[in-house]
Amino acid sequence: MENDPHIAGLTGQIVHDEIVAARAPWMHRVKAGETLRIIDLEGNQAVDFLLYATDDDAERYSAQDTVAAQANIFLRSGSVLLSNEGRPMMTITGTSVEYHDTIGGACSIESNSLRYGHHTKAQHSCVDNFLNANLRDGRGKRDMVSNVNFFMNVPVEADGALGIVDGISAPGLSVDLRAEMDVTVVVSNCPQINNPCNGFNPTPVRMIVTA
Amino acid sequence: MSATLADPNAARTHARAMDGIVVEAMPILPPRADDLPAGVSSDDLLWEETIAGGGYASRALARGTRLRLIDLEGDACASLLLFNAATPTERLNIADTVKVQWDAYPSAGSLLLSDMGRVLASIEQDDAGTHDAFCGASSEASNQRHYGDGRNSGAHPNARDRLLLGAAKHGLSRRDVHPCINLFKGVRIAADGAIVPELGPFAPGRALVLRAEMDLILVIANCPHVLDGRPWSVTPLRATAWRGSVAAADDPIRTATPERRRAFLNTEDLYRR
Repeated sequence: MENDPHIAGLTGQIVHDEIVAARAPWMHRVKAGETLRIIDLEGNQAVDFLLYATDDDAERYSAQDTVAAQANIFLRSGSVLLSNEGRPMMTITGTSVEYHDTIGGACSIESNSLRYGHHTKAQHSCVDNFLNANLRDGRGKRDMVSNVNFFMNVPVEADGALGIVDGISAPGLSVDLRAEMDVTVVVSNCPQINNPCNGFNPTPVRMIVTA
Repeated sequence: MSATLADPNAARTHARAMDGIVVEAMPILPPRADDLPAGVSSDDLLWEETIAGGGYASRALARGTRLRLIDLEGDACASLLLFNAATPTERLNIADTVKVQWDAYPSAGSLLLSDMGRVLASIEQDDAGTHDAFCGASSEASNQRHYGDGRNSGAHPNARDRLLLGAAKHGLSRRDVHPCINLFKGVRIAADGAIVPELGPFAPGRALVLRAEMDLILVIANCPHVLDGRPWSVTPLRATAWRGSVAAADDPIRTATPERRRAFLNTEDLYRR
């Protein structure tokens, strides 16, 4: 483990270490004060990410509260992920990627039908992954809100053109998040194959939690 | 306590003496409007209400209904939630709205999309062009920061809790209050991601017309924009709705792009039963 480049800079005890397979959902509870590191193992793999307060899951990540409070749509080192009650849920304490997205939302069977056509119906999607994970925890469709997309690049051009474009991540780049309250993290390791968010090739990511 | 209202008869007389009071911000029942567009019959008028600064409203609207919002004095901010009335777990998805249409700035011709790949409403007309798909509603916490108080019961009610009340009137609750769109107050996104507010105040009387493409529950809060750094400032918002027909096969909004065409196909499929 001493030669493991993915744990560089982490302090404290590793309490969880898991590879999330390509296209898979993942759910994990992170306690206040713990740090979650997400590692983009093979590069440009979008990690769709939602947060719920573990004690009251009607309190959840709010992309709109988060971007309004920092007056910037990009998530960078120092960004505080706020809840719908305006409370800090997690802080990005460090990242080797310039910025991450939180305006692009999650892909779904239904939005794929608009973006690409009805021929995509049988493909995997992030919304179905989020639902699969949330349903096991008593949540459902009403609990789906705008999410974070780590390692995903969604610029807005001067004329308002907005879209998912080639990524700015690379193999081994990561993001560290410190929990500011007890949170339930729900992830979809994005299975999208119709745009550059995963380089047209979904790959695994690694999750490390330190306490 | 007033001695003259010490018995129910006196209290009744006092209450009934208010009949017919007219103020600026109130619903008009039955609805009455003398400025309907040409070709719209007053028989088709469904809703006429002026929503107070700091106030809210909610309403069920049938498919085809047109909803005109007017920023009467140039300083309204209409935070809008939309639900499929039959299945309110289907609701506005603001991320899909900007992503599917490849456009950060909803304006005339834009669709407001649900999380089920359908069009909840189209923006049929837009005099304003300053709207905001990113910042969402103010909250008790953000109003506390700006004004020192953000409680609904105080002088600086917040949009999120107003939306929560409007949603509650239709049996909905916290989990149903989703990311909203702010109408009349706008933002632009700079190359570095910075959110540049365009909050006016603007010329009085700017109007926007939505066409309901599904049977909807609509909730509107009219509170200052979350990035508005001025002392509390918000002016009344007028809502007028009338019956109309659903989009035709050759409707110019529907046929403008392949994404919009497929959104209408998905919506029609919902009503194919």
